[in-house]
Amino acid sequence: MARMAGRRALFAVPVLLAVTFGVFAIAAASPFDPVRAYAGTAGLTASQENLDQLRVNLGVDQPLVSRWWHWLTAALTGDFGHSAVLRQPVTEALTERVGWSALLAATAFAAAVVVGTALGVLAAKRRGGFLDRAITSLAYTLEAAPPFWIGLLAVWLFALKLGVLPAGGLTDTGTDAVTAGQVLRHLALPAGVLAVTQLPWFVLYVRQGVGDALDEDPVRGARARGLAPRTVLLGHALRSGMLPVLTLIGSRVPELITGALLVETVFTWPGIAAATVQAATAVDFALLAALTALATVAVLAGNLLADLLYGLADPRVGFDG
Amino acid sequence: MKAGPIRGTGTLAAAVALAAAATACSAPGSDAEGTGGGGGKAAESAVVGIAYEPDSLSPLLGYGKDGNSKIFDGLLTRDADMKLKPALAAELPEVKDGGRTYTYRLRDGVKFSDGTPFTSKDVVFTYETILDRKTNNASKAELDAVDRVEAKGDDTVVFHLKYPYAPFAERTVQPIAPAHLAGRQDVNNGPFTTKPVGTGPYTLAAWSKGEKLVLKANPHYWGGAPKIKRFTMAIIKDDDVRATRLRSGDLDGAILPPNLAETFKGDKNRKTYEATSFDYRTVTLPTANDVAGDTAVRRALDLAVDRRAMVDSVLDGAGKAAYGPVPTDSEWFTKGTRRAHDPAKAAAVLDKAGWKKGKDGTRSKDGVKAAFPLWYLSGDKLRQDHALAYASDAKKLGIDITVKSGTWEVITPRLKTDAVLAGGGAPADPDFDQYPLLKSDLAGEGLNNMASYDNPAVDKALEEGRRTDDTAKRHAAYDRVQRELVKDPGYTFLTHIDHLYVVDDRFGSLTTQVEPHDHGLASGPWWNVEDWRPKK
Repeated sequence: MARMAGRRALFAVPVLLAVTFGVFAIAAASPFDPVRAYAGTAGLTASQENLDQLRVNLGVDQPLVSRWWHWLTAALTGDFGHSAVLRQPVTEALTERVGWSALLAATAFAAAVVVGTALGVLAAKRRGGFLDRAITSLAYTLEAAPPFWIGLLAVWLFALKLGVLPAGGLTDTGTDAVTAGQVLRHLALPAGVLAVTQLPWFVLYVRQGVGDALDEDPVRGARARGLAPRTVLLGHALRSGMLPVLTLIGSRVPELITGALLVETVFTWPGIAAATVQAATAVDFALLAALTALATVAVLAGNLLADLLYGLADPRVGFDG
Repeated sequence: MKAGPIRGTGTLAAAVALAAAATACSAPGSDAEGTGGGGGKAAESAVVGIAYEPDSLSPLLGYGKDGNSKIFDGLLTRDADMKLKPALAAELPEVKDGGRTYTYRLRDGVKFSDGTPFTSKDVVFTYETILDRKTNNASKAELDAVDRVEAKGDDTVVFHLKYPYAPFAERTVQPIAPAHLAGRQDVNNGPFTTKPVGTGPYTLAAWSKGEKLVLKANPHYWGGAPKIKRFTMAIIKDDDVRATRLRSGDLDGAILPPNLAETFKGDKNRKTYEATSFDYRTVTLPTANDVAGDTAVRRALDLAVDRRAMVDSVLDGAGKAAYGPVPTDSEWFTKGTRRAHDPAKAAAVLDKAGWKKGKDGTRSKDGVKAAFPLWYLSGDKLRQDHALAYASDAKKLGIDITVKSGTWEVITPRLKTDAVLAGGGAPADPDFDQYPLLKSDLAGEGLNNMASYDNPAVDKALEEGRRTDDTAKRHAAYDRVQRELVKDPGYTFLTHIDHLYVVDDRFGSLTTQVEPHDHGLASGPWWNVEDWRPKK
């Protein structure tokens, strides 16, 4: 197990190198001009001499490879550089924001796993029944709906029509004290929407897994021995049916990240979403590379976690060849 | 072991359900207190919704360069009529040496919000840092005329200019940063860029980037402590979301586009303010284009566009027809340069110049078809509507304009040959706007002189306008510019648009300033929030 984790960590090094270099290369090839983005509206009337000086000051006149190497060697010593769009050190910008994004994603993910498993088991209990058809078609509909659209719909319903939940922000606009109660109230809608967008996958996987397990010999045997249907369903079928879901949990991480970005934008949640979008359109190399590296680590860790869980849950599955 | 994980998930589910129920229960109660058109809300706090957020709060990087930055003060500031008045300076500057030296005597007893006294050192530091090559300030060209800044004792500052620059005093609304704090750190990325300290009526309480900026009244402000103790600016890019949060009581005021402001007309608890502006919408007619560069075509388009119809339909009446960068109600507007909507005369101009109508209704001359593309910034509804209206007026005249949308990345490389629906406008001085817009040697520099307009008479008048401080001579120079624009319009100016704000009634009757193209943070009725006297 430790060997697998170690091997994966080693494997992450070339992946991270390739990904960050890719970010620098794509950003350099993009039609966006970092100098113009930095200057903003002032750049519209700035003199050419002024813009040229900015280009030198920001270091974007350097060739691609040396810029990347410079960033990389500094990053290895813990200095992730300065974000041009946020005018502050990248580490400072990230520590201010990542926590809120993590809170949002973790809450949504937990809710999606729990509710998804519950609905999946309900649907699997009597496949083809009314409840199954209702749950399955709901899952398919939600899967097709884009997160930001569901977000706007939720704002319209809960914030406008019913007026029960705030439409955005981390706390009420009029206060600047961040209290747990306020955050919880403001978290409800974005986390709920993000959970709903992740839900269909868990519902459908659990339904399939548990449904198949119900038809397997061990479960049929358990039934034949006269165990209570509840014990059979939850103790036997769910346990073996959960296995594919564990893989799914790991592989949903990238989707969760992109979903969170859209949801954060709709709800003006002060996570890393706005920074990511800004960094991309403003060709903010330092911030963009750091964010991409972070997302890559999250995805790799997600996959590792899934494999570890898989191995733990089913002793027949080994840890990497 | 067997039932372990499942029991675990069960408890978690219960906890989530409980938490959800708790939030749902507490929501309506606490909400009812906060909403209801402001009844019961503390009158000493105000929350407004704005569309733009500053990149940095450091005046050294350009924050508040046009004055009115709330956290900082400049040497001078402007009143409701945009007239200069002293702020950190004790009086208006003394101009000597034929307009080359500006001497400012500083106000006594002013302190930064951290308690340190303000002195001439801070002024010198601020201007020298901005002009430093290492400082990433994109607007530093605006201070191009400054040769050096000299402190004479603690309370006098003298600016020595390279050449007499008439509107220089207007530039000294530039906010002043404290040398003892900002001077000790990296000017481009240091903590001062997000945690500023100034002499202004407010101090920064919290800045959650992308969400809101919270200001707290400075109790020791030299101009008197503001009555509004907390001033929150929520950053909400989307127009509809801003209107929604205003309606739900989350905001006390907001800037809105005309069609959304309209929906608040019948609201007894809220007032709508229309701030007139120098914010124009214009079509650039590039000189290098065979069609748009032809003076006859330019004049014909100038006569054929129906500006009145654009104001009525595109702006819902919130604006006025524009004939140049100067709005018709400005003291700098030249009488007699209004153009009537006259399609017949426009057609005659084209006929006379040899642009003949073909079978398909489009004109042509020497085998060149009267056609060119017109770009607008994608996503900007107001510009799109202007562009479509312009193309439709041109079509009736026999000029075929193809309207296209794109981002600046797409548009910028095409500026030389294609027309663009552009915007701009700065109210402080005619030089600020017209020099970069019309001066021939600035053609192609960034977005300066986008149409590559080249008219020697205009060039000469622009130089005269900036290098004298004789008001009568300046008026004469800018009159000449506007008359030249009638004879040879390098741009078709369409409208000056009003900026609309809806604000809660409990703050009483408010005023607005004449506004520039850029929506600064402190534009709108809250331009003087420190002077508000709430009703309750």
